[in-house]
Amino acid sequence: MASLKELRNRRDSVKATQKITKAMQMVAAAKLRRAQEAAEAARPYSQRMATVLANITQAVSDGSEAPALMTGTGKDDVHLLVVATADRGLAGAFNSQIARFAREHIRKLLAQGKTVKIFTVGKKGNDILRREFSSLIVERLELREVKQIGFSNAEQISRRVIEMFNAGEFDVCTLFYSEFKSVISQVPTAQQLIPASAPVVDASATSENGALYEYEPGPEEILNDLIPRNLTVQIFRALLENVAGEMGAKMSAMDNATRNAGDMINRLNISYNRQRQAQITKELIEIISGAEAL
Amino acid sequence: MAEPYKFELVSPERLLVSESVESIVIPATEGEMTVMANHSPVMTTIKPGIVTIKTASGKEDRYVVYGGFADILPDACTLLAESATHIDALNKADIMARVERARADVGSAPDDHARTRAEEFLHHLSALSDAV
Repeated sequence: MASLKELRNRRDSVKATQKITKAMQMVAAAKLRRAQEAAEAARPYSQRMATVLANITQAVSDGSEAPALMTGTGKDDVHLLVVATADRGLAGAFNSQIARFAREHIRKLLAQGKTVKIFTVGKKGNDILRREFSSLIVERLELREVKQIGFSNAEQISRRVIEMFNAGEFDVCTLFYSEFKSVISQVPTAQQLIPASAPVVDASATSENGALYEYEPGPEEILNDLIPRNLTVQIFRALLENVAGEMGAKMSAMDNATRNAGDMINRLNISYNRQRQAQITKELIEIISGAEAL
Repeated sequence: MAEPYKFELVSPERLLVSESVESIVIPATEGEMTVMANHSPVMTTIKPGIVTIKTASGKEDRYVVYGGFADILPDACTLLAESATHIDALNKADIMARVERARADVGSAPDDHARTRAEEFLHHLSALSDAV
């Protein structure tokens, strides 16, 4: 049986932990709000981009050749997987969810006899995947120092990806990230980046004037310029979703931790009080029986 | 008095401008162009330069953009800029850093085509940095 002092110490330490988890939860909540705002602010751009892209592919699709980033290399042998996770832990199952999803995908590809290359973004994903596939990781990037994910971070990634593509290092590129559904639900998602799937835009979004557009310079040149940009936008969006998801997961994980610490404090309090009462009773009995003996 | 129409300046990070304007001057790759209402539909790439906006209320505003696209329709114009800043918030050091980066790109271009493009970009950028 633990002594009163031990119980007291234990309770104090759990209280200190609870304060920390509570603070982390509040920090995550504030960051989540900011991340959601950033994701929202980025939406108009990607929407417009999709519309423009749809218009222009329509114009180009009649006969002329599309850029390689869109058509791919025509092969399907070497896969590059860009796995985007967070740089920090303590976010529940957030990082391991993405990693598990990616791992299943990798195993499937390897079983089909494909060559797999991995590009990890974020420290945690790298840590997890390194255990099993350390020889497959060709590139890694950490965004630990970055306070607010900017477009330049996404550009850095897409530049590298395009460089590798132009050097013929892979045929298909897939991006893994976590889609932010709500604070308590983040869904790991795979999105194919190269060859770019033609954007699905419903007819109402594309302008009816599409056919009448004049292009300056030509449609091909614009498309050549637009596809890499679109790639960056996709990556940027994924990174933003990831940040929001990470903060959401962290918030609910820390909320759970705070609640568990509260339960634990209650339990410790009860056993502390019981033990103190037992000790008082014992002392009383000793005094009384001592007095009776006289 | 020219007819007003809707203009939007969007960067990947946020929507910078969304208002009713009278005319705007876009630094298109093939030369500057002034866009007013009922312009025929044009899609053009833009070079680094200054966008001048004249709002419907007659106010003039200027933004610096670094490459992107303009999607022009008779009743609307959307400018998708890679990155954009209001002229007042402009930072000289930022432009210099971009010029440096563009210069490095020219050096590391894999083929002639890419080099020409990088050189063009650098040229526009230096012209811009001289202008401000």
